[in-house]
Parts: sequence; C-alpha cells; structure tokens
Amino acid sequence: MIEVIDVHKSFGELQVLRGVNLSVEKGESMTVIGGSGSGKSVLLKHIIGLLFPDKGRVIVDGQSLNDLDEYGLNELRKKFGMLFQMAALFDSLTVWENVGFSLKQHTNLSDKEIRKIATEKLALVGLKDVEDKMPAELSGGMKKRVGLARAICMDAAIILYDEPTTGLDPIAADAINDLIVDLRKKLGVTSVTITHDMHSAYKISDRIAMLYKGEILEIGTPDQIRNTMNPIVHQFITGSAVGPITAE
Amino acid sequence: MASAAGSRGFINNVLETVGRRTSSVFVEIGAVLIFLGQTLRWTVSPPFYWKSALKQMEMIGVDSVPVVLTTALSTGMVLALQSYTGFKRFGAETLIGTVVSLSMTRELGPVLTGLMVAGRAGASMAAELGTMRVTEQIDALSTLATNPMKYLVVPRFVASTVMMFFLTVLGMITGIAGGYFVGVKVLGTNPVTYIDNSINYTEVKDIWYGLIKALVFGAVIGLIGCYKGFNTEGGAEGVGKATTGAVVVSCMLILILDYFISALLW
Repeated sequence: MIEVIDVHKSFGELQVLRGVNLSVEKGESMTVIGGSGSGKSVLLKHIIGLLFPDKGRVIVDGQSLNDLDEYGLNELRKKFGMLFQMAALFDSLTVWENVGFSLKQHTNLSDKEIRKIATEKLALVGLKDVEDKMPAELSGGMKKRVGLARAICMDAAIILYDEPTTGLDPIAADAINDLIVDLRKKLGVTSVTITHDMHSAYKISDRIAMLYKGEILEIGTPDQIRNTMNPIVHQFITGSAVGPITAE
Repeated sequence: MASAAGSRGFINNVLETVGRRTSSVFVEIGAVLIFLGQTLRWTVSPPFYWKSALKQMEMIGVDSVPVVLTTALSTGMVLALQSYTGFKRFGAETLIGTVVSLSMTRELGPVLTGLMVAGRAGASMAAELGTMRVTEQIDALSTLATNPMKYLVVPRFVASTVMMFFLTVLGMITGIAGGYFVGVKVLGTNPVTYIDNSINYTEVKDIWYGLIKALVFGAVIGLIGCYKGFNTEGGAEGVGKATTGAVVVSCMLILILDYFISALLW
C-alpha cells in the first residue's frame, strides 16, 4: 500500500535521509523508531506529500507522489489522516469544527450533519460534551484525541501518527496506545507511526523499523526487535546511554 | 608580510560577507515574487473563501478605523497649523486648504494609512500565520487536502488590498476635515475661500493617484505579512522575528514604492 523507495532528502548541507526503503502492507501497523534528529518526521512528511524526495520515490496505492499535480495530491491525501505531535488543532475553530473540517471543505453536508458526524467520531475516541470547546480549553491528552477524531473523520484508509504519546503522562499515553489499537481493529486502517516510546511501539505495531542516520537499520516484528543482535538497535530499545549511539 | 596577509584575509572576509548578504537579499526577493505569483494564481482560481475574506476585512479594515481616524485627523490638523505659519509670512494663508487637500489625497492619506495598517494588521497576519506554521497547523491544512495558500493567504491578501482602499478614503476625508477645522474654526480663514481653494486646485486624478497607491500598499501589506508568517521557522522566537520583519519590510516597501508610484503618476 505504501512503498518508500530509495528516498534521499537534504536540507542545505544536512543530509537527513540517505536512501530509505520501506514497505507497508494494507491493514498493517508499521512503527518507525529512531532517536531525535534521525529523520523520522521527515520520512512521515514524505509519505503524505508534505515533502518530496531529492532522489527516490514514494508510492501510495500504486500512485507515485512525485508524479501527482496539486489536484491529484489532494485527492490522494483524502485517503490519509494524520495525528500531529502537538495535535495541530486550529486555534480559531471549536472542537467540532476542527473534527469536521474535511467534511466542510470536501462535501456538501450541512453544518448540522457535520456536527453530528464529528460528535460520533469524538465518541469513538472517548470524548463527549466537548464539541463547543476551543482547543485552548483542552488538556494535552484531549487535544490528541480530538486530533485523532479529525484524522478519522473522512474515514481515512491510512493514518499517520507523529509521536502520538509524546508530552503525555504515562496513563494518558497508554490510553492513546489503546485507542490506536482499538481504532485499527474497528476501522481496519493501515497505520504508520513514528515514535521513540518503545512501550508504545511494542503495543501498537505489527512491525517495527529502526531509522538510524537516515537509513533503515533493521525491520522486524516487535519480538524480533526485542531480541535483536544489532548493537545499535539493542542500545536504542533498552534506552542505554552506553553503546555505539552517543547522545548529541 | 604577516600584516599584508592579515589585511588580505580581512578584505576577503568583508567581501564574502557582503556577497553572501547581497545574494540572500536577492534570494529573498525571488522568494517573495514567487509567493506573489502563487497568491495571484490562487486568487483567480475557485473556490474563494468569502466567509474567511469577510472576517479578515473586519479584522484588517474595521478594526483599523480608530487608528486611521486618529492619525489622519491629527495629520490634517497639524498640516493646516504648520502651513498657516509659513504661508502667513507671504500672505498666502488662504491656500492652506489646497495644501491640506493635495497632501492628504496624493500623499499622506495613502502613506500614513499604509504605515498604520502595516503596523497593526501586517504584524497580526505574520504573528497568526507564524504561530500556525510553528504549531504545524499549516501542515495540518495540507494533510486535510486543503490548500493553505488558498485558505489562509488569499483571503488576507484580498482583504488587505480592498480595505486599504476604503481606509484611505476615510483617511483622506478625515484629514481634510481636520485641516478645515483648524484652518477655519481655529485660525479664522474664510470658509468659502478655504473650500474654493481646496476644490479648485484638487483634481479628481489627485484622488485616484492616492487610491492607486492605497491598493498597491494594501497588496504589499497582505503579501509581506503572509509571506513572513508562512515562512516562519523556530518557535516563539521565529514568530517574533517574522512579526517584526513583516512590519519593517512592509513599511520600507511602502516608502520606496511611494516614490516610484509618485514619479510614475506625476
């Protein structure tokens, strides 16, 4: 469903991705782990066409993102939902307007109908009676849930999660993990998550890929990653300060 | 020998710095022109976000009325007072009305309104879009299959251009009224002569020249405010820099373009 083929990306002198290859099957939950600055967010932005590779290709449902025009790219993006690290809710809109934003832009539904759907999606992520609140009135965990409701509002086939548990307390973080697993069961979506929270990665993933210095170092099931013989991956998943990876 | 090598090194450093800065200025100008091209392209392609544009018109236009009124009124009144002091020395105080009218329509109306709107609305646009950029709200718009240029930039650009026109009309009228009040009520100039001189020496084209300037300045404020906000990097500090940059660049462009438009429409 998603193929990342030999993707290279640089920003000025800084080479972030150095030939990333990754394949995500339909309905699969793939998690990309890696340290800060390893290029995880850049990779995720390539998958949804927010960034384009200097070399290489990203193919989604058989369509190469490089070959799409503005219209084609927007049509493809309607298959996606994305949960941002800090939720990225629109400050000037209420919760239900945030959740129903895509419906407002891309359908002819009335505000009443959009609000009804938004309320249903909010219930799906465990929120009620928050429709008329502004994002500033919500806690970090609630913002993530609203962001998730917005991501699934157009019945997305692929959901991208950018560090879904970052900035949350352990209980709220685990609730988000449960929600990701639950949504996948209910909606059957394909998901790509980037995180450095190993507890989350083990819980939500079918496969885990380790991104290191702009390349995929290892891919495997959570069990395979747990039992890795690669010293770099081992150091990262055990969170040890001693090993080949040095803190920057 | 060492001293000669040292001074060569110093000169090389200076030349390199000047070269790098000059190059970055041209890169920035190119980026702004590309941004303008994209804005114009999306302005003429549907759909147009009317509701958003009207909201921006209120924020840029209606909310700027008090500051524009105060500035124009003060300027018109001061202009009448200062002109009177000079003109009285050679018995031409009846021409105060002409000076105030011509100044307010051709020059001060659009320029002062532009500077005020750049300071208020331009800064606000840059800060709002800058915050949206650093909190990934602009990326979120793209992921929701909505073009951020169309949704955010076009309504602000159109609103800024349109509202500068009306604010300048308001500024011109208020400045001229302020001049009349000081000239006639305070300094005792004959009201009929004052009005006659104002009307006889001010042509319709003077008003149009001022309004053409207003439209250009409005477009500049919208363009620079959005460009700076849209290209913000680096958190709260970046938003601060974008906001300051938007005001400084807009004001400088208004003053520079003012000369060239004046020369063109002489």
